[in-house]
Amino acid sequence: MAEKYSLQHWIQKAQDEHTSLYVIGLQHQIQAMEITAEDLLSKMLTALKVMEESIQTGLIGNRSKGGLVGGDALRIQNYFHSQPERSVAGPVLNRAITFALAVGEANACMGRIVAAPTAGASGVLPGVLFALAEAKGFSREELVPPLIVAGMIGMVIADRASLSGASGGCQAECGSAAAMAAGAIVSLLHGSPEQVGDAAAIAMKNMLGLVCDPVAGLVEVPCVKRNAGAAAQAIVAAEMALAGVKSVIPVDEVIDAMGAVGKCMHSSLKETAQGGLAASPTGLAWTAQLGQST
Amino acid sequence: MNILDIIGPIMIGPSSSHTAGAVRLGNMARIILGEAVQKATIGLHGSFAKTYRGHGTDVAIVAGLMGWPTHDSRIPSSFSYAKAAGLDFRFEIIDLGDAAHPNSAQLQLTGVKNEQVSVVGASIGGGRIMITGVDDFSIEFHGELMTLLIRHQDQPGAIAAVTNILYQQGVNIAKMEVFRTDKGASALMMLEIDQMIDDEVVDQIRSCPQINTVRKIVPLQ
Repeated sequence: MAEKYSLQHWIQKAQDEHTSLYVIGLQHQIQAMEITAEDLLSKMLTALKVMEESIQTGLIGNRSKGGLVGGDALRIQNYFHSQPERSVAGPVLNRAITFALAVGEANACMGRIVAAPTAGASGVLPGVLFALAEAKGFSREELVPPLIVAGMIGMVIADRASLSGASGGCQAECGSAAAMAAGAIVSLLHGSPEQVGDAAAIAMKNMLGLVCDPVAGLVEVPCVKRNAGAAAQAIVAAEMALAGVKSVIPVDEVIDAMGAVGKCMHSSLKETAQGGLAASPTGLAWTAQLGQST
Repeated sequence: MNILDIIGPIMIGPSSSHTAGAVRLGNMARIILGEAVQKATIGLHGSFAKTYRGHGTDVAIVAGLMGWPTHDSRIPSSFSYAKAAGLDFRFEIIDLGDAAHPNSAQLQLTGVKNEQVSVVGASIGGGRIMITGVDDFSIEFHGELMTLLIRHQDQPGAIAAVTNILYQQGVNIAKMEVFRTDKGASALMMLEIDQMIDDEVVDQIRSCPQINTVRKIVPLQ
């Protein structure tokens, strides 16, 4: 069997070659996919364009297909614009959670999104990337290298553990998205390859054990708000890593632990809508109501 | 796996299995039919039956029947496009039994030139699909490789005729299965091949005496 992807291996390679993780990832992928760097970068730019559009879709404030979510991103935006002095979070975090909710809501309303890494966790990366772009004036082109770094982290997680709620719980979806986004932030702010690893590790550790318990089986409750939570965790982890805080457990081992926790998780907590919030009295009442409407 | 599997696909939400996979099932059934769809009876089983409204599984399948990709922003309003195009569709809740994948659908289709087919398929996660039945045949394929579905008479030489043409084109067969209803009656062969083939080769296969129909299934985007 081929050796599994290792973020630590790529970090070491970047350090040895005195370059960035982005350069290592770009080289690796254009070789593996047999395409030009120009082609791959243009695909990443397209993904960023769709992400930005999905934020705007969500901010229209429509209700979702199931009717459980919609309008909350707009609510936070209006609150922040009308009473900025009352904001607890401050501009970067406030915008990150606004945008993450917006994409989650767009997804629930059958809008077009980039599944990065999944549709259910599609709000996290656009949330942090475009919040930072707005706050610090980064262009869409400048978001490409961090997106590639996020993709590398996601590939390692997919190979060593899982990105699917059905096999690993929400830690595999929103947890993975948080780790990818944390690494992307560090990359965007020119942290070292090692700091990217620490940020991804810390974000994943703080999401470890999270179950996948969608009410009525729909990608609405609690999925949409968990995207905002994961975006916040990404910012917390990146802030620590950029300040030089290390993860005691190396990033590959954290990812392996996530995979192992996912295997231990009871099937009622892995996207089957049989446990957790889905089995709460209110969750069950919604299930019954939505079932009758079909 | 590559980075585009992680940063992507670009799709209409909310669910890769219940929405994007459903679009692909509709597309695959349309390709197996081999012509534009005129009438469709769509049976939803298991989780598809329980959650189809909230996931837009119904509009997704109809979008697929019209040949739309998973990222087409018209998907939520596919019903009105289908009605305008004269596509007559209806949904029913079905039970394919415990052995069936929870995200399964049965699509009974009639085409504009009166072709008919019944396709059963499942959305198996991450937008991937698996076809599990075509008419009376329990057949399994994903459509991720170039696939040929060939209806033929169960007679000596039918298989040799097909494989000989592929051999002459330098085409390698990755997987092959043959099904029949009765000895000497109508039969079906499924071939997954490693190379793309032109429509001329398909025509050549179709012109063989024991061959009735040929469907070329190009891997879905």
